[in-house]
Amino acid sequence: MKTQLQLLPLVAILALFLVGPIVIIFVVSFWDYTEFSLVPDFVFTNYIELFESTVTYSIYLNTIKFAALSWFFTLIIGFAIAYFLAFHVRTLKWQVILFLVCTIPFWTSNIIRMIAWIPALGRHGLVNKFLLNLGLVDQPIEWLLYSDFAVILAFVHLYTLFMVVPIFNSMMRIDKAVLEAARDAGASAVQVLLHVIIPLCRPGIAIGTIFVVSLVMGDFVTVQAMSGGQSASVGVAMNHKRALLQYPAAAADAIILLMVVLVMVAMLMRTINIRKEL
Amino acid sequence: MQGRTRSPAYFAMAVIFGLFVLFLYGPMIAIIVLSFQGPDGGLTFPMNGFSFHWFGELFKEQRVGDFKGSFLRSLSMALIVMILTVLISLSAGLAYRKPFRFSGAIFYITVASLIVPSILITLGIGLMFDRLGLDAGWYTSGMGAHLTWTLPFGLLIMFAIFNRFDKSYEEAARDLGATPWQVLRFVIIPIIGPSLVGVGLFGFTLSFDEFARSLLSVGSRNTLPLEIFGMTTTVTTPTLYALGTLTTAVSFLIIGISFAIIAALERRRRQHGSDAGKGMV
Repeated sequence: MKTQLQLLPLVAILALFLVGPIVIIFVVSFWDYTEFSLVPDFVFTNYIELFESTVTYSIYLNTIKFAALSWFFTLIIGFAIAYFLAFHVRTLKWQVILFLVCTIPFWTSNIIRMIAWIPALGRHGLVNKFLLNLGLVDQPIEWLLYSDFAVILAFVHLYTLFMVVPIFNSMMRIDKAVLEAARDAGASAVQVLLHVIIPLCRPGIAIGTIFVVSLVMGDFVTVQAMSGGQSASVGVAMNHKRALLQYPAAAADAIILLMVVLVMVAMLMRTINIRKEL
Repeated sequence: MQGRTRSPAYFAMAVIFGLFVLFLYGPMIAIIVLSFQGPDGGLTFPMNGFSFHWFGELFKEQRVGDFKGSFLRSLSMALIVMILTVLISLSAGLAYRKPFRFSGAIFYITVASLIVPSILITLGIGLMFDRLGLDAGWYTSGMGAHLTWTLPFGLLIMFAIFNRFDKSYEEAARDLGATPWQVLRFVIIPIIGPSLVGVGLFGFTLSFDEFARSLLSVGSRNTLPLEIFGMTTTVTTPTLYALGTLTTAVSFLIIGISFAIIAALERRRRQHGSDAGKGMV
């Protein structure tokens, strides 16, 4: 009884604001609509239109491209940073300080962190000035801002922390004696990394991957802002339909996206037990 | 790595770390500097004088939308979400220390709340309130939307806390006759207090800065991130940066306060913690 009471607030909020809305979206995805209103119905037209349109596939391909590239860069950078913190920084005090240095931007606004790229990447921005001064380019590079490059850069900037934290957590759990044993047995630094550290970091990598992939797959703000509306993702397309008041079409989009993300995450979850990793 | 001297690999990695920190903070520092741009200055360097002109612009309501109103809404909302996040996460965290039916299902739904794309939450809540004929507002639908984002973080942190919690303190208190409430109030909360402040920090900042889950769920009156996002397409002066500087200052203030409270609690805990080895007292 006491347990139920303690869980009630959490369960009530998730039921009302997570499960409820998803059920509504699912129901509405079978509705019809006119230019001005929603028509309760049970039709599959929203899904049929979605699957018949070639645009859908190219948008999914584009979104998966964003997710794959962001995943790759956040993983490489996140792993390197976690490795430095866990194995090169010697005292706990400095580990904590440097870890917090990496974490603090996470507690500031994502929107501001996107806007913050304008002075660096704009046509007259710092990067272009630098390249012009060095004579590396004759005229400003246009694709730095409002491009796919800017989108990926922003994702890496915003989400690398989601890789650093779980991988660092995994690394801190590695018994130093294991590393020493590997070295005593004659393993080179690269072999220790490949055959001991990376396998032991797999849970951390999986958790980081779940975060980055699901955040990027479901994003619409970053793509919209950083591509200047020139690039599409599933989220952007859905938000566009929503703005045109085509709620049932947007809902069908949302259900398919949810299923894609859940399948991806379910595959990753099979490799780890999250509760043990905390 | 083992010896007293640093390996070349260490210096290479230190340089990489330094570049990463520059990557994290560089752009932010640039807009903070540029927000003090002179009245004739533009969105990029060089600085054209130094002034508070653009901060002044921010407070002229007609110029850049409803900055003050949206700021106050976001602040109130973040404070309430923070308190609710701490209380609800703590309560659920306590429940999870014992096995119970559906514990796996509830855990997975909570984790799903992190993974479900934000646009689904905001679209779904918007639709739900519309269909039920309720008015969406920041203090109802908006608050619910934010909690779906802050509570999973809260619960995951609670798991991390209780996985490291030594239950013998509680047992000692119970053996001495403490009621469950006394155990919570005088043993558990003082021990996990600093971590609870951490949960609060997550609750506040995640809510204060949330855009995607706010979009269709906060009703007709914008919260600050929505206002800022609107400005990115309409405002082409350093006012945008001034707003960024102010918002970031609020975030840093909250982070600073949280760290100060954590440090104070840790100090207190050490002082009152153990008198082992001090002889009879």
